[in-house]
Amino acid sequence: MPLNKTVDSLAEAVAGIGDGASVMIGGFGGSGAPIELIHALIDRYLATGHPKNLVVINNNAGNGHVGLAALIEQRMVRKLICSFPRSADPRVFTDMYLAGEIELELVPQGTLAERIRAGGAGIPAFYTPTAYGTDLAAGKTVEIFEGRPYVQERWLKADFAIVKARRADSHGNLTYSKAARNFNPLMCMAAAHTIVQVEEIVAPGDIDPEAVITPGIFVQAVVRVPDPQQEEVLNRQGAHHP
Amino acid sequence: MTSKLSNAQIAWRAAQDIEDGAYVNLGIGFPEMVARYQPEGREAIFHTENGILNFGEPPAEGEEDWDLINAGKKAVTLKPGAAFFHHADSFAMVRGGHLDVAILGAYQVAENGDLANWSVGAGGVPAVGGAMDLVHGAKRVAVITEHVTKKGEPKLLSRCTLPLTGVGCVTRVYTSLAVIDIEGGRFVLREKLPAISLNELQSLTGAELLVPGPVTDLIVPEL
Repeated sequence: MPLNKTVDSLAEAVAGIGDGASVMIGGFGGSGAPIELIHALIDRYLATGHPKNLVVINNNAGNGHVGLAALIEQRMVRKLICSFPRSADPRVFTDMYLAGEIELELVPQGTLAERIRAGGAGIPAFYTPTAYGTDLAAGKTVEIFEGRPYVQERWLKADFAIVKARRADSHGNLTYSKAARNFNPLMCMAAAHTIVQVEEIVAPGDIDPEAVITPGIFVQAVVRVPDPQQEEVLNRQGAHHP
Repeated sequence: MTSKLSNAQIAWRAAQDIEDGAYVNLGIGFPEMVARYQPEGREAIFHTENGILNFGEPPAEGEEDWDLINAGKKAVTLKPGAAFFHHADSFAMVRGGHLDVAILGAYQVAENGDLANWSVGAGGVPAVGGAMDLVHGAKRVAVITEHVTKKGEPKLLSRCTLPLTGVGCVTRVYTSLAVIDIEGGRFVLREKLPAISLNELQSLTGAELLVPGPVTDLIVPEL
């Protein structure tokens, strides 16, 4: 039987994400954020009470009342690992954080990216100059290389990744749209089970191999969302999910 | 107090030092203004952490493409010769020494080159973004800032009192009053507004200003 990673519905795509799972959510702000997959996860929680106690890895903490912010607002997230939980309208996270109702692991953005890359590449630890001598390196191993101090950082892996791409073939080879690429190729590598929403799914061979950004080996499921919503547009409309 | 440069004028002055062909990262907020004042005849390539080289001006209102944004999550456009890349490659450009210049804002800068620009201490939600990465790796890390805080307290100090972004990383500071290099763990005055005396400038600075050579007048056009 030919290899086919296509899943028919968003609900089916996220059905395996259970309580306590670690979930990498793609995107930088709204670009590359898999809004429909996140909303499918929320819909399942509202219908069944699961999944909850999630550990979410994303660069930000969401905006407004859609996407990641809505996931946090439903109290489905126990802990957030991110670099920048402040932005234009992050009240949902801010209020819960200040009330002590959600845990935060703050990671410099480049370290976050490299930890995810390392997780996907099978590299358990690496050294970076970033954060040396700062509060974010407190308690971490420091070594000197060529006369300069570097901080040891550990890989970051997850049970699931949910990301948005532009186009997939049925093998899961992916292309992205402009700067919506950001963390997504790294997260595809670092999760045990990667679920991708794309605008179109084509036959193997219909994506030029030279143009593939994420090879299908890093992808377990693709689901078609032909006209994806964009967080910035939803927030300008004052949208809420649900 | 003596008249001082506006933010636009500080950004203009910093822009004059960006070499032709330089790869440059501008911190979000105030430093983004530097891009407006590139000198005629020089081409700098701007990098944004979220994966674009050679982005340009914001689009007209209503023309935004939200897959085309900068690190401040503002819509941008592309210039000919632009490139997209993922976040690990983006920060390889940063930490790997490939950027020529990073220009950042500051809460405090110390004479040993330490920078504090991410946290004002306890309270609120901490957020760091790419600042701690950017201070390591760019060949030149410059700061643009008011010379003193809104309360009139020095921002250039012998040691930072706020949480550090990076250790010994800043090499030049463009302020609303002066241009100051950091060399050998000391502030070295290079340019100052003609209207301010050396004594007055020193009194607004939290560490000794060395004046080993001639101090040029800091002259910036009205903007």
